[in-house]
Amino acid sequence: MSFVKSREAILLAAIVLLLGLIATRFPAFITPHNLASVYSDTTPLMILALGQMVVILTRCIDLSVAANLALTGMVCAMINVAAPDLPVGLTILIALTMGAALGAINGLLVWKLAIPPIVVTLGTMTIFRGVIFLLSDGQWINAHEMSATFTGFPRQVVLGVTVMGWIGLAVALLMALLMARTALGRSFFAVGGNPHAAVYTGLNVGRAQFLAFVISGALAGLAGYLWIARYAVAYVDIAGGFELEVVAACVIGGISIAGGVGSVLGTVLGAMFLGIVKNALPVVDISPFWQLAISGAAILIAVTFNARSGRSKGRVILKSAEHAQ
Amino acid sequence: MSLAETTSAPEARARGPVPDRLRAPWEAKLKSWESLLLVVAIGIFILNSFASPYFLNAWNLSDATFNFTEKAMIAFAMALLIIAGEIDLSVASIIALASTAMGLVMEAGFGTPAIVATGLVTGLLCGAFNGVLVTRLGLPSIVVTIGTMSLFRGISYIVLGDGAFRGYPSDFAFFGQGYAFWVISVELVIFAVLAVIYGVVLHRTNFGRAVYAIGNNPTGALFSGIRVARVKMILFLLTGLMSGVAAVCLTSRLGSTRPSIASGMELEVVTMVVLGGVNILGGSGSIPGVVIAAFVMGLVTFGLGLLNVPGIVMSIFIGLLLIGVIALPRLWAKFRGRA
Repeated sequence: MSFVKSREAILLAAIVLLLGLIATRFPAFITPHNLASVYSDTTPLMILALGQMVVILTRCIDLSVAANLALTGMVCAMINVAAPDLPVGLTILIALTMGAALGAINGLLVWKLAIPPIVVTLGTMTIFRGVIFLLSDGQWINAHEMSATFTGFPRQVVLGVTVMGWIGLAVALLMALLMARTALGRSFFAVGGNPHAAVYTGLNVGRAQFLAFVISGALAGLAGYLWIARYAVAYVDIAGGFELEVVAACVIGGISIAGGVGSVLGTVLGAMFLGIVKNALPVVDISPFWQLAISGAAILIAVTFNARSGRSKGRVILKSAEHAQ
Repeated sequence: MSLAETTSAPEARARGPVPDRLRAPWEAKLKSWESLLLVVAIGIFILNSFASPYFLNAWNLSDATFNFTEKAMIAFAMALLIIAGEIDLSVASIIALASTAMGLVMEAGFGTPAIVATGLVTGLLCGAFNGVLVTRLGLPSIVVTIGTMSLFRGISYIVLGDGAFRGYPSDFAFFGQGYAFWVISVELVIFAVLAVIYGVVLHRTNFGRAVYAIGNNPTGALFSGIRVARVKMILFLLTGLMSGVAAVCLTSRLGSTRPSIASGMELEVVTMVVLGGVNILGGSGSIPGVVIAAFVMGLVTFGLGLLNVPGIVMSIFIGLLLIGVIALPRLWAKFRGRA
């Protein structure tokens, strides 16, 4: 399939069209400086969506990512309050490790006990949120309690883009490399595309799903630190409901919820689409209350579109049997 | 599960020796999920009455039922939907939209009958929207209802913004605040009636058998002459309608509508259904199980509330309950398989 006809190209065209429409009402929106800040703003969504992509590819879903982000972010903030001089690199390492550990809990329950992922992550989502409350006692950690290097690092501007934006780019490139060039990356596609065939080619389906959850968790942890530092505040309800936006970004990016189909570029574009809508609403004078309905409509349009273009071209033996699925 | 595990040790996976006879009906009943739940419910009840002196009071117990009646109304329809292999995550958002529509009708000066009718019709329409997307376009229900979850609540936010509807007529309070007799609330009566209706429909009618058949094997059900798409459509309509009923009760009880009404309730409904022994993958489950699960969840949250445990900490218990009830039997089976 050539790039022009691909889902990514259509999505890219939709984004360009959207930017054009916004520019007719508010030209300053498409200046490089503003686009860079929109990109930075969308980075956490993009990072989480890339983790979610891997999970959805293996026929699972991770609804605990936003709670994981909030819990890891809160722990990072508390560590920072207790030890303000801890180097940022170490904080990021802690965030990645802790996020991965929380993801591993999901992964183990899915792998070893074969509990449906939606049940596991619904459960851990509420548990993680509750744990934040227990840790913080419901208190907020505010900007003045955090050290300047902790909050300043993601916001430093290098070559016109924030460090957060560069981290997002690095994650996207690493994920692209992982998915396209490593056996592990290919196994995610194989496991999601056809689990039975995957078993007969010697792949361990449960293990691949476990690793997908670990990756998703680690990226959620990373996003947790970036989020807390960027907004310089940590509390229980941070990023509440964000998991749905993450799933929306994946669906819009062309990740099939049935597993096995999707791309890093599509996911990045899906996240960007939502990010642009979110940032454009206030400047074109539409109430931000429209955002929820718009992302809902975008999910429905995207999933309908995916289903149309993704129809298998195999021979249909009995037409009506198709509808039973 | 790896290939080696599935082929090299089949005997390890067998469930013990073949029994000489089937279990007696009373024995099967005694060892069922429902009786286990009932024991848990009674245990929690006893613990609660020891933990707080205020628990064993008819009015307090009556208050406790409000913790689950609205959720359970939706859970009955959701149970059928999940047994049939689908799911609806938009139920809480349907409540928000139905409540908003009721508020608009109220603002326009209509009385209680029109308000209630609006709530129910809005629920039905939302269910129809989900059902059409799933059955006509063949889209996965989990994605569709994640989408409509944002869409429905999003419309409420567009209408209401950060405002609220207040000033419902006083006779509208009947549904959420009224009492049928003594401590038996109107909501509890609606809950009981719906429990009986859904129990009969699922366990005593052809329609109920069709629901199980679809959940176990949709293609097989289709070839057995079951109109799969139509049954699923009806189930989505029922779930929408029940969300409408719950919206009437909840709005009446709160006396106001905000766009954030009932947020997160979809998770509690799904938890209730799964706790009630319904297989999240479809094909099995029962209404009595869901009824007992409703009582268990209501008693847990009410008991913890009496002990001044904050709501968010209760959600830890709900989350642990959800994972625990599924994980423990599987852990037990694994443990027995190795021994």
